[in-house]
Amino acid sequence: MLEEDEDFLESETQLTDDQKIEIAKWFLLNAPAGEIQYVAKDVRAILKDENIYKKAAEESFPSYNKSHLICLEFPNRSGDVLITSFSEVDKDEYLDPRTAQVARVDHVKQVCKDVRPARDEELPSAFVEEYRSAMDAEIMKYVSETYPKGICSVYCTKGKDVEEPGFDFELVVVISAARHSPQNFCNGSWRSIWNIEFKDEIQSVEVRGEMQVGAHYFEEGNVQLDAKHECKDTTLIQSPDDSAISLVNIIRHHETEYLASLQTSYLKLPDTTFKDLRRKLPVTRTLFPWHNTAQFSLTRDIEKELGIGK
Amino acid sequence: MEAAMGLMRRIPPKHTETALSALLSLLPEHSSDLLSQVDQPLQVLCDMESGKEFILCEYNRDADSYRSPWSNKYHPPLEDAPQPSLELRKLEVEANEVFAIYRDQYYEGGISSVYMWEDENEGFVACFLIKKDGSKTGHGRRGYLEEGAWDAIHVIEVGPEEEEIVQYCLTSTVMLTLTTDNESSGSFNLSGSIRRQMSMKLSVSEGHLCNMGKMIEEMEGKLRNSLDQVYFGKTNEMVCTLRPPTELVQMKLPDA
Repeated sequence: MLEEDEDFLESETQLTDDQKIEIAKWFLLNAPAGEIQYVAKDVRAILKDENIYKKAAEESFPSYNKSHLICLEFPNRSGDVLITSFSEVDKDEYLDPRTAQVARVDHVKQVCKDVRPARDEELPSAFVEEYRSAMDAEIMKYVSETYPKGICSVYCTKGKDVEEPGFDFELVVVISAARHSPQNFCNGSWRSIWNIEFKDEIQSVEVRGEMQVGAHYFEEGNVQLDAKHECKDTTLIQSPDDSAISLVNIIRHHETEYLASLQTSYLKLPDTTFKDLRRKLPVTRTLFPWHNTAQFSLTRDIEKELGIGK
Repeated sequence: MEAAMGLMRRIPPKHTETALSALLSLLPEHSSDLLSQVDQPLQVLCDMESGKEFILCEYNRDADSYRSPWSNKYHPPLEDAPQPSLELRKLEVEANEVFAIYRDQYYEGGISSVYMWEDENEGFVACFLIKKDGSKTGHGRRGYLEEGAWDAIHVIEVGPEEEEIVQYCLTSTVMLTLTTDNESSGSFNLSGSIRRQMSMKLSVSEGHLCNMGKMIEEMEGKLRNSLDQVYFGKTNEMVCTLRPPTELVQMKLPDA
């Protein structure tokens, strides 16, 4: 009888390989910005099973790389490619529209293995490319002025074969800035994605932005910031160059405002937000009278006698 | 085990519970090490007899039951479960009463529990716990927080008395998460956990409770301060490294 019970217990706690893979993936996908390789090393050590680890890694690195908008250098050092769902040509091929190249990457090693020229059908039409490259030039200027380590790219995600006015198309601007300084126990990333829809019929451009900021400080502790914000705006369709200028102004405006609101959130912490968790000083504004706690039971006794209190 | 602790340093603190249960299922052979080394958010039960809530932890647990500091009974009931000695229970009762007042003065709400038990070397161990829900639907007085949790665990090992002097070793952990969310600034979440230790040799003339209380008060102040100033400050510094706010200054200049 006892033996049966133990068998039952064992089968309850014994995980199947699929369950182990799911758990490993959860850890990998929840790695803070720039830390997936460290997490992978620990996960591998815990699993003690290369096949399970490999499967989990193969399934999680591509989505982690894409959602963290990581940036890989071309093997010939001629530039970088951003790993995003917008630039994905194939599961390990990513387009860099600026150089019209396609990078073949190793997701798990997080390196770019080789590059090939993009095929014509992978690139937008000359008409759309005019808007895209004008946007790219403006956004590069903005990013280099604003983000010390920022990388950006502009992709055409809809209507890339549109060859003349009269049709809709969509561009996506991606900005990614990451900072890894494990020696200072600190990592962080800023990611923005701007969807820009050119709507021919109403002659307007609809802009949707999504910004995400993360930071991790882990010297003798583990503290993380996770902040997100979405916003919308519109402008009129103009020439490629004028559109680019007004769109980058919109992006600059919203990103600057967002950074300011982050600063405000930090400023409010000590005296308002944090106070709702724990005050710096007691409501009495003096340290707690540990040497004289008898007064409390005295007060309680009096309250009890007088029939007041709880 | 080292790898498990490595993961706990990286996984967002708001996911501690999920991470811990995942590790427990992957490493059942290390479950007792994991449970003692990884602090997890505190759980609460209601003591039906006193109508008051109490906090659950490894120190008031026996099998699947937890001892309430208010009625001194196990929930669900358990026969032959361990109890502190009468003398220690007296101190425990007093500590719970006083600590509840301390908690109310600093936290303006929340739940606290104190547990004590004898240890092998003539001294005893005390565990002071505080759980505060500071969200606007919880005990957040000011209503700024969409979500806000503060869990504090203070474990004090009290050594045997030697010529009126006693050694106190305090290990404290604070886990917190706070989220603000509004249309203009989006969602903003900070979560963290830190653990510190402190040892003191004190005279027993003022009593154990006074000594322990002062140490906890000092430690809580330090932890709150370093979370606020150092840890949150470092994440803010990181944001400013990613996107330096100089542009703000430049934009504001023409107005001035």
